[in-house]
Amino acid sequence: MITVENVTKRYGDKLAVDDLSFNVKPGVVTGFLGPNGAGKSTTMRLILGLDAPTSGSATIDGRSYSDLEAPLHEVGAMLEARAIHTGRSAYNHLLALAQTHGIGRARVDEVIDMVGIQAVAKKRVGGFSLGMGQRLGVAAALIGDPKILILDEPANGLDPEGILWIRTLLKRLAKEGRTVFLSSHLMAEMAQTAEHLVVIGRGRLIADTSVDEFVQRASTGAAVRVVSPHATALRDALAGKHARVDSVERDVLEVHGLTGQEIGEVALAEKVVLAELTPMQVSLEQAFMALTGETVEYHAVSDAGSDDNTDMKAAA
Amino acid sequence: MSATSATLEVPARAAVTRGRVTQARVFRSEWTKLWSLRSTRWTLLVAILGMAGLGPLIATIQMNRWNHLGPGDRLHFNPINTGLGGYHFAQLAIGVLGVLVLTGEYSTGQIRSSFMAVPKRLPVLWAKAGTFAAVTFVLMLISGVVAFLAAQGILTQHHVQTSLGNGTALRAWVGAALYLAVLSVFALSLGAIVRNTAGGIALFAGLLFVVPGLAAILPTSTQNAINPYLPSVAGTTILSGTHEAYTFSPWGGFALFCGYTLLALGIAAFLIRRRDA
Repeated sequence: MITVENVTKRYGDKLAVDDLSFNVKPGVVTGFLGPNGAGKSTTMRLILGLDAPTSGSATIDGRSYSDLEAPLHEVGAMLEARAIHTGRSAYNHLLALAQTHGIGRARVDEVIDMVGIQAVAKKRVGGFSLGMGQRLGVAAALIGDPKILILDEPANGLDPEGILWIRTLLKRLAKEGRTVFLSSHLMAEMAQTAEHLVVIGRGRLIADTSVDEFVQRASTGAAVRVVSPHATALRDALAGKHARVDSVERDVLEVHGLTGQEIGEVALAEKVVLAELTPMQVSLEQAFMALTGETVEYHAVSDAGSDDNTDMKAAA
Repeated sequence: MSATSATLEVPARAAVTRGRVTQARVFRSEWTKLWSLRSTRWTLLVAILGMAGLGPLIATIQMNRWNHLGPGDRLHFNPINTGLGGYHFAQLAIGVLGVLVLTGEYSTGQIRSSFMAVPKRLPVLWAKAGTFAAVTFVLMLISGVVAFLAAQGILTQHHVQTSLGNGTALRAWVGAALYLAVLSVFALSLGAIVRNTAGGIALFAGLLFVVPGLAAILPTSTQNAINPYLPSVAGTTILSGTHEAYTFSPWGGFALFCGYTLLALGIAAFLIRRRDA
């Protein structure tokens, strides 16, 4: 389990991470979501002991990363910025990492096979494509067979086959009981891979919730699309119900503030024919945009405050 | 590139021997890192060729010109300094490579991988310094003796040779390898402090080659007061076959140079612990 507690990181005047707290639990893939510059990479570097937090603490199973005696067996990490000497071969890079923990050459060959870079393993990393570089990064993260995986934008630069591969691999690793924590700015990718989400914007926590709940909650304030030949009559009837009604086209209304059932009941009472009644589900992508958009003031929404969705309404 | 067949193989946990990080293991890792870069092999080859080849080359020139040399040149002639003269060149190659050992990791981002594997960080610095100094010492000891013996063979033409049986010659030969080994740690420490290749090399070259040149412009009395303390002057007392009145004793000067190196290494260690990677 990764525990981030009230972590703040300041680089000079710039506040990169602002009083951030969350947990990453074992056995699920947890997505770490936020627009570019939100502080995802910084948070990961803080967890990995590469940067020191200005205040607060980040721990791995209760211990700080720098206190781990065999870090590569505990945590495997791949950072977004390549962390590999371009003049060395992939094999020698992995071997040098393995040797710090007394891990043998057999394991080096094993992870090379696992990520499918056998053909280029003896070549210098400088000539690698982005996709091969990502695969080598994953191999390095797996070298110590770690209990926890921290991956920064692992799908970056992979072709569709590679994306399917990493998605399957990560789910498999989580199913084995490992903690998997991966960042992305691509919502669609996250919807396919992650079960749980930690969303940040401008260094602050926006949401710590399941993927389903995240989308559902963001949809709460969304409109219901109503198509009716008597749109005008329905519109007048709904006007008395504290609902906001927009006419999209002649027969089409978008109703805010009422559920589909409530609208149906009004229609029945008014004897208005409905041709279509559709709650407009927002996609993960839209939910994310709504939550992190420039217009929104950032409020943390955690599991504890799930009945409070006024912020979401404002955003939607 | 097809990876589908191999993709879903996730090995059993038992397949990996689970060991802790130890200083000895970090040494092994740094040994692998040092030799797996082409730049290391080339630069060390250049250092070897310079150290082994320049002494005999200078000896050959001196012997060909011997009959035309004035009494001053003959008086200043020293067979030890002739044989080991290649260190002037080798120290540049060793110094540049020493700076690169660390700045190469910073410029590529490799340092983050290194520190993720060894989060205590300092074992990485000790292992880098230790392996590079040991490699430098052994290679320079061998190329030094090759240079010395070859040069003395050439100097027999005019019977001005000496031998390793001579105490001063023996000390100078071992001293040259010691000086270059300590110099490698000095340069590596500068690289760790500056973290930037161009800056590190500039700092190294400035301290070793530019400062002595500036000192030489000063009035002789000031010069003689400053000179013995310069890293290059203090460090090379141990490999010189001659002794200037104003310099420290061979081992005294070398001890001062070791002191400078320990200071630089200490600052490097302090900064590596403190700074974000």
